[in-house]
Amino acid sequence: MKRKHVHNPWGGFFFVLPSILAIAVFVYGMIGWTLKLSFSHRTNAWSKDNSFAGLSNYTGLLEDPEFTHAFGNLMKFTVVFMIGTLISGLIMSLLLEKGIKGEGLFRSIYLYPMAISFIAMGTSWRWLMDSAHDDKATGLNMVLRAAHLGILQNDWYSSEKGSMYAMALPAIWQMSGYVMALFLAGFRGIPDDLREAARVDGASETKIYRHILFPQLKPTFLTVLIILGHISMKVFDLIYGIASKSYVTKVLAIYLWQVIFDFQNFAKGSAIAMVILVIIAVVVIPYLRYVNKSEEMK
Amino acid sequence: MRLNKLRMAAVVTAVAVVATVMPASQAATNKQLEIFTWWASGGEAAGLKGMTDVFVKANPNTPFVNATVAGAAGVNAKGVLVSRMAAGNPPDTFQAHAGQELSGYVKAGQVEDLTFLYKSEGWNKIFPAGLVKQLTTGGKIYSVPVNIHRANVLWWNPAAAKKAGITAAPKTLDEMLVDMAKFKAVGIDGIALAGNGDWAIAHLFDVVLLGSMGSAKYNGLWTGKTSWRGPDVKKAVDYMAKILAYGNSSKSLDWPDAGKLVTGGKAGFFIMGDWASSQWQSDGLKLETDYTWAPAPNNVDAGPVYMWLSDSFTLPKGAVNRDAGIAWLKVCGSLAGQDSFNPLKGSIAVRTDSDAKKYDSYLQAAMKEWKTDVLVGSTVHGVNYNNAGMAAYDSAVGKFYTGGAKDKTGLIASLVAALAASKA
Repeated sequence: MKRKHVHNPWGGFFFVLPSILAIAVFVYGMIGWTLKLSFSHRTNAWSKDNSFAGLSNYTGLLEDPEFTHAFGNLMKFTVVFMIGTLISGLIMSLLLEKGIKGEGLFRSIYLYPMAISFIAMGTSWRWLMDSAHDDKATGLNMVLRAAHLGILQNDWYSSEKGSMYAMALPAIWQMSGYVMALFLAGFRGIPDDLREAARVDGASETKIYRHILFPQLKPTFLTVLIILGHISMKVFDLIYGIASKSYVTKVLAIYLWQVIFDFQNFAKGSAIAMVILVIIAVVVIPYLRYVNKSEEMK
Repeated sequence: MRLNKLRMAAVVTAVAVVATVMPASQAATNKQLEIFTWWASGGEAAGLKGMTDVFVKANPNTPFVNATVAGAAGVNAKGVLVSRMAAGNPPDTFQAHAGQELSGYVKAGQVEDLTFLYKSEGWNKIFPAGLVKQLTTGGKIYSVPVNIHRANVLWWNPAAAKKAGITAAPKTLDEMLVDMAKFKAVGIDGIALAGNGDWAIAHLFDVVLLGSMGSAKYNGLWTGKTSWRGPDVKKAVDYMAKILAYGNSSKSLDWPDAGKLVTGGKAGFFIMGDWASSQWQSDGLKLETDYTWAPAPNNVDAGPVYMWLSDSFTLPKGAVNRDAGIAWLKVCGSLAGQDSFNPLKGSIAVRTDSDAKKYDSYLQAAMKEWKTDVLVGSTVHGVNYNNAGMAAYDSAVGKFYTGGAKDKTGLIASLVAALAASKA
């Protein structure tokens, strides 16, 4: 008496309909509305003019030094954050992968920063990365002095040129554990037979990693890159928590906030939002296509 | 029996209907008062409570709903408020700095003209004429100021000054530079700087502009009468660069932390609004012994100048409880309201008939000067520029500061852009 066929093929559809509707309205509908605003004349608090303004809001961004500054800051941050997190996450996972004693404890310790709210973390790192020098030093500068590395003291995120590199530090600190967990899962997913076979064939440990394990980690590696990339593009709360709206650490999301809520220039703010969306799409869409393809192959 | 029951039911129903309709007819405009502020802690919250008590006593049937959003200078509150105003869901009254900061809402037609209240409550006569003039745009006034803060105050620590051999407050910017060198010579930073979020540095720049060019030219900057590209601004920027060089090496302090450098004897001068005084008093410090003050140095003006800013309340168009909003504004402008709010907030009343005995010695001195000084507005706190202009101004000065005060032409170009942003 087992029913093998669903009699009403629409039944399943009706079950998912609410979430389809919600996504259609609150994700794609809102993106559409933002897109429309970004081409409109609503450039101040009192304008109700939603008519088409062409590309002027976008071309205006290119001529806006504040926007190019924020864009440059975001790129610097992204590069340092992604490379730093990848390397430190990989190293931590390599150390744990060997199966040391108390692995569970270390895993929790490394993952813990993920559980801290951005604002709490931002406040702590703001104190740590205080730019006071020498006998007035606090935080990291004080630690450097105590370690007789006083020469390395610097302005951290308050410095003119290095601000974004310093800003990447807390982000790396927070996300490394997560990347470690992803890599660790990747390592654990590789059957032991492969290593044993390699060992029997006389491969050294380095060679095993280089030619057997790392190639197997390629999908994990790609996932990590995408996750870090889109987190980085959207970064807001961490930077706001540390430096609020300071010019020196302004990134696109902070500038977007300022343009919408301080300037009430809704059209320009929407244009910045679309730019952020496009940057993220450029990163994420090829990845989704890749994932779909590899799943089809399975 | 049956008839009696029916009669009973009729009476009960009638009573019930009357009971629900009676308050409902009042409730149409007076059901509650929803007020939107960013006063959430310390003296600000205490002052608001004082004013609220006055309101509740006068309007016992109107529940008071406080939609506070915490965050200094209203950074978070403004975000929430903009969303609500744009969505056509305004609170019954909201807090904003008096002046150009409101111009966006005014041009959007989102706030009501309050000239009628100024007439009926007699505020035209009881508020200083100079202030009423600065609040009026196109013959209309859109907010009721509850307090006056002074922005151009120079604070220092008497013990540290003694150590450096400084006996009197500097009268001009050049004297101030000399004194800062004296502080530096005894191992004290010349001036305390609060770099976090740019605004406190921009606040200092406001005061340096005023001190370097005088009140007349300073007032012309915001209208375009004084050129930003002219020699007066260049001179002020030179002073600014020299002053910044004496600052603390920690570039990311909030103003309370920068203030602690001064009260703790680690920095010499501090240019900050007079809310610093109430903050320090709540920390248990004593005026005259732990810290003292003078009007900020001024090279040009003959008499003292008062750089003011003011917190004010508005009446949004389309507010659900308009009557309650008006009742609140009446409390804001009243003697009882202002004198219960200001001593706790650490500001002075706008009204000229306020009771000086309720205020501390700094505020009493400020009250005297408020009545006689030349008045100029604070840019960073909403008087001279709209929101876009203000943000651009803060950014320009913040960029100059983190760049080591080297790019003077870049600063001036950004300041020109800030004026344009405010006019746009």
